[in-house]
Amino acid sequence: MKTKFKLLLTCSVAGLLLAGCGDSKKSNKGALSTNAAEKVYVAPGEYDEYYGFFSGGFSGQLSVYGLPSGRLFKVIPVFSQDPEKAYGYSEETKPMLMTSHGFIPWDDSHHPDISQTKGEVDGRWIFINGNNTPRIARIDLEDFSTAEILEIPNSAGNHSSSYVTENTEYVVAGTRFSVPIPQRDMSIKDYKGNFKGALSFISVDQESGEMDLSFQILMPGFNYDLSHPGRGKSHGWFFFTTYNTEEAHSLLEVNASQNDKDFIAAVNWKKAEEYIKAGKGKKMPAKYAHNKFDNSTHMATHTMKDEVLVLDATELPGLVYLLPTPKSPHGCDVDPSGEYIVGNGKLSANLTVHSFTKMLDAIENKKFDGDAYGLPILKFDDVLAGVVEQPGLGPLHTEFDGKGNAYTTFFISSEVVKWKLGTWEIVDRKPTYYSVGHLMIPGGNSAKPDGKYMVAMNKITKDRYLPVGPDLNHSAQLYDITGDKMELILDFPTIGEPHYAAAIKADKIMHKSRQIYKLDENKHPYVTKNPSEAKVVRKGNEVHINMTMIRSHFTPDNIEGVKVGDKVFFHVTNLEQDFDVPHGLAMLGANTTELLVTPGKTETFVWEPKQVGVWPFYCTDFCSALHQEMQGYIRVSPADSDIELSWSLDDE
Amino acid sequence: MYNASAFYKILDMKKASLLMMVGAALLLSLFFFPLWNIELGAPQYPVPLGMNIHITGIEGVKEFDIQNIDGLNHYIGMKTIPKAEQMWEFTVFPIVIGLMSVLGILLGIGGYLNKVKPIFFLYWLILMSVLGLLGMYDFNLWLIDYGSDLDPHAIMKMVDANGNPLTYEPPIFGHRKILNFDAYSYPHIGAYLMAVGMFFTLLAYLCGRKAKTN
Repeated sequence: MKTKFKLLLTCSVAGLLLAGCGDSKKSNKGALSTNAAEKVYVAPGEYDEYYGFFSGGFSGQLSVYGLPSGRLFKVIPVFSQDPEKAYGYSEETKPMLMTSHGFIPWDDSHHPDISQTKGEVDGRWIFINGNNTPRIARIDLEDFSTAEILEIPNSAGNHSSSYVTENTEYVVAGTRFSVPIPQRDMSIKDYKGNFKGALSFISVDQESGEMDLSFQILMPGFNYDLSHPGRGKSHGWFFFTTYNTEEAHSLLEVNASQNDKDFIAAVNWKKAEEYIKAGKGKKMPAKYAHNKFDNSTHMATHTMKDEVLVLDATELPGLVYLLPTPKSPHGCDVDPSGEYIVGNGKLSANLTVHSFTKMLDAIENKKFDGDAYGLPILKFDDVLAGVVEQPGLGPLHTEFDGKGNAYTTFFISSEVVKWKLGTWEIVDRKPTYYSVGHLMIPGGNSAKPDGKYMVAMNKITKDRYLPVGPDLNHSAQLYDITGDKMELILDFPTIGEPHYAAAIKADKIMHKSRQIYKLDENKHPYVTKNPSEAKVVRKGNEVHINMTMIRSHFTPDNIEGVKVGDKVFFHVTNLEQDFDVPHGLAMLGANTTELLVTPGKTETFVWEPKQVGVWPFYCTDFCSALHQEMQGYIRVSPADSDIELSWSLDDE
Repeated sequence: MYNASAFYKILDMKKASLLMMVGAALLLSLFFFPLWNIELGAPQYPVPLGMNIHITGIEGVKEFDIQNIDGLNHYIGMKTIPKAEQMWEFTVFPIVIGLMSVLGILLGIGGYLNKVKPIFFLYWLILMSVLGLLGMYDFNLWLIDYGSDLDPHAIMKMVDANGNPLTYEPPIFGHRKILNFDAYSYPHIGAYLMAVGMFFTLLAYLCGRKAKTN
């Protein structure tokens, strides 16, 4: 009813300007024909139509925006420490950032992808890859927090990741760098023929979402740049772009740009499953971390795995075919029907589109053009569906609107070009500001894109916003794509460097978003469910404080008997069971961040007092009218002091 | 008025007695549905906190509403919302309602068997109304006590323009602004069903009387 009224209102306002609501929808004469402000305006208190999840790139995180308003709702810490939420600082969350290389406080997060059911985004989880130290994270969309991180062994530069298959059977992670597998001490000059690339298939438990590295496919030593799942008719296949099929190990800028064509590798993962059933997989030693966060104990656990199942593509016929694709293709995008596979050859003047049907036919009739390390190369002309001629300079990525159109970004000519699948004709082009990388249409990597908006994520910002010194946020532009012509309707800054984004209709997620954690269900070993159970316990030089917080006091708030050289653990439970009443805790002189504790949770940090005195702590989140009164003191005595531990609230 | 008396002919004594039974039995819905509801909304509580008052005790509308109301009330020194065992009303009310319902049903059976005159339906209704008014009076006393018997060490001691301490009782019926909260107090399903039941007993009396006069 409200929506109808809004629509009426919108129409009547538009009507005043344009003499007729119907006309405004049909006419597509550029910026003057419609009111951009009206399209992106979400009135105070109203909700956006979509959640947009933007990767943070070198921030390592995932930010959540509303679309079409471009309002930032939240930054979810994933691969990087976040002092705001104590992620990676609190004792409970530190294990999330453990790897086979130890604790790593940062990564480069790239390609978020929302879980799918029957080819449609379902909003259960969102996956994202850590590029630098290869990892895949799963973010729970009830909590909007990182639930799991799985390290990927044998991989290096985890870039062609983390795309899901149409029923979330697998999250797929491909390696950018080829490396010695297993890793060993050898000369870089011996790269060619010796280095290998690993493509990882991670299975997902459909109930819990838990990830397991199901198998890896070992490939020739190319670079595997991006990937996308087959869908519909091509479900069961996965497509990866390659570059550096020259297998250069230095000055790739030049040496990896020599071949006229690189490949899209078509991987038949159903065949891989058959090979595994037939016992063709080999178990290989590998060290990788598996970190999980438990919402009942409110703690993360870090375990190391020591084995991975490997299939060697060069020894297993029918597993992988190579589709020649001009000039170092970057994005590898599959249209909603699963028929067209777009290779965005970044140094090519044309866009190459392969046909899945033709590919199957070429395989059946052995239309091969030689092989690479035993992998059949299909004849280019026999798999080609069509070519988009001279669309622009530097194609990178393509998305689809579900209405037969494709949208490709051009980094060098800084534009998005809309073209038609099947006829390959160019319909429209619009500039971006500047040098667009990825673009995103809600449900873009699915069988059912929602062709209403398109977001361009740009690499260069320059003069788009008020100047803020030499370091700039990246810019994004939102386009209305409901008409024949794209229309720029909003420009907004983003956090870090968004490499890809994923969006989903708000109503698929908003109603299940968590408000509190139930205190009754809190199984943290140091939970304090009632202020009467608050206590301070000494174990040698360790002091454990079981503390509670509720508006507007800590229990206890006076503690004596702590000594210099002690290791003081604050185990703090927020007793609130009310939505949006977090309490913070900060201790003067603690070599760590604050804690920000959500209702019903328990969190821990460690303070090692170095100076004698009486030191204060306080609540860092303005929780209530008496927030400023929410504070306490800890007396620190000399190391040799014999003062006994004591604690109190209101001297009781 | 001229057709009213004719209207009461629609039920003979048997049917009127059945209606008396149904009306009295509807009181039992108070064991299943709340009698009253109080909602507390504020700028910070766009989804209001709420209490459902049953004859057997007070429950939160949402799982943690009572706890959260108590949490807020501690600032102004109000007592916590009583548990069922802390108020005699929650023991006595169910007994009274149960007995009255049984009594009404028995009267209805008596009427059906021609052993009880319709005037007893009216006596029952009057008794029930008196008890109901007493209940409301008691409820109001509790609200006033709850809202004005405040902890002398309360964090916030608010006074009105004349320097008198503010009281915080929610209204027994309707709306009242209490600091940042808007309190709304209205009957709930149980009370409405009880009212329908009492109306039925009135109808039963009027029809029964008409049937007898004829």
